[in-house]
Amino acid sequence: MSESIDLKLHVWRQNGPKDQGRFEDYSAYAKNISTHASFLECLDVVNERLVLAGKDPIVFDHDCREGICGACGVVINGEPHGPQKATTTCQLHMRKFTNGQELYVEPWRATAFPVIKDLAVDRGAFDRIVQAGGFITARAGSAPDANDIPVPKPIADDAMDAAACIGCGACVAACPNASASLFVSAKVGHLGVLPQGQAERDSRVLHMVAQHEHEGFGGCSNHYLCESACPKEISVKWIARMNRDLLKASVTHAPPTKSGGGDG
Amino acid sequence: MASPTASASTASGSKVLPLTQTSIGQKALVAITGALLYGFAFAHAAGNLQVFLGQEHFNEYAEMLQSMPKVVWATRIGLLAALLTHVALVVSIATKASKARPGRYRVDAPIAKDQSILERYARQTMLLSGLIVFAYLTFHILHLTAGVVPGLFFHRGMAFENLVYGMRNPPVAAFYVFANLLLGLHLFHGCTALFQTLGLKHPQWDARTKPLALALVAVIVGTNVVIPLACLTRIAGGELPDDPAELVIPLDEDDATALED
Ligand code: FES
Repeated sequence: MSESIDLKLHVWRQNGPKDQGRFEDYSAYAKNISTHASFLECLDVVNERLVLAGKDPIVFDHDCREGICGACGVVINGEPHGPQKATTTCQLHMRKFTNGQELYVEPWRATAFPVIKDLAVDRGAFDRIVQAGGFITARAGSAPDANDIPVPKPIADDAMDAAACIGCGACVAACPNASASLFVSAKVGHLGVLPQGQAERDSRVLHMVAQHEHEGFGGCSNHYLCESACPKEISVKWIARMNRDLLKASVTHAPPTKSGGGDG
Repeated sequence: MASPTASASTASGSKVLPLTQTSIGQKALVAITGALLYGFAFAHAAGNLQVFLGQEHFNEYAEMLQSMPKVVWATRIGLLAALLTHVALVVSIATKASKARPGRYRVDAPIAKDQSILERYARQTMLLSGLIVFAYLTFHILHLTAGVVPGLFFHRGMAFENLVYGMRNPPVAAFYVFANLLLGLHLFHGCTALFQTLGLKHPQWDARTKPLALALVAVIVGTNVVIPLACLTRIAGGELPDDPAELVIPLDEDDATALED
């Protein structure tokens, strides 16, 4: 394989949430890209050349560049995070593409993720969903003893599978309904399977699902494209579990009393 | 509001929604009403297999059903309510979804490569297959329940003859076959999605639900496709004369006027 490739690169440019946006052809700036570069490094190179040419560089989100923070993420030829399974955009390498390949690079498309600029979208909706219930009540102050609460190994493993979610939003980007069900279910589930998460189990799912609806995400219609797109391979079984938890909580959950309790 | 938790709020101030206002709750109702409709379709198809036992047997079966008007009407009303709920909720969910997803991507990605073509196709065409099946149901009821389709033989109390002469009409038979294949696609996705939507999933059963769903759907589709073809090729009802006018029609009440031919 040759060490560098030329790309027919089309990148979505948009000046803000209100702007219409359009594709720009940057093929002239995407020549001689090292196959050892990551996709974000390829965008860095294109940006340097754009700046040298006196043009506005492409805005895209990134942070850790090692696949753990969830900041990066663009849609490459219709696939969130590009063609490689279980890989974030920052970990995707240019050797996965061929010389002369035509690429269309776009932001996540969802009403609940307004475009900030170009390829960067506002994923604040995810933060608000987590704020609505993605926490446990814990004694603050001193660190609890390790293994204070016994957690069976299979359950710990299961919780870790769900907790692998980095909140990148690829599930929303992949979903034809722009549903964040996979994200919400992973956040509901990773606490919901643990003993520490039982106290708020009902209110957690009720509030997080309600926030999901408020943010304007669509509902799940079982296409499972989220699972295919997820860089952390979160399973849609978590969505089933969230559905079960919500249906149960809707029937059994009693809201806390206003009086502050402690009558007994 | 309907839910006891409707007015509860957290420190963050977000309000809990009544179940019926969440897409999960709505989808659960779609799944439950779908399962009811599915159950009826199954019983209906199984009952109709008696067409192969001949005219007398089939008409007796039809008469037996008609002899219980209360059951018949309760079923009809129940099914209609289920169908309307199913459709109305799907419309509401789909409307919300189309607002949530403002546009398509430039390139149609080959994502979900890990899904079978049948599964993917069934998933992508749920609304379309649902719409066509709805049109087919309307036609089917007008044809064989109400008997008001012009040009198609219908005489109350002659279920067998109504069915056989209807299906001897090639365009009608073709429509039945086509719509039932789509119904199969619709039910295939529905039957597997149901377990996910209602949260009835478990690694231990999952491997079994898909073959089970396929088998149950195959019974319905197989029956509903075979019957029109059998009538068309005279394998079923071949004993009936080519011209329905040669039939001895028991003239009673004002039924005679209902005859379109
Ligand atoms: S930049 Fe952190 S996951 Fe890609």
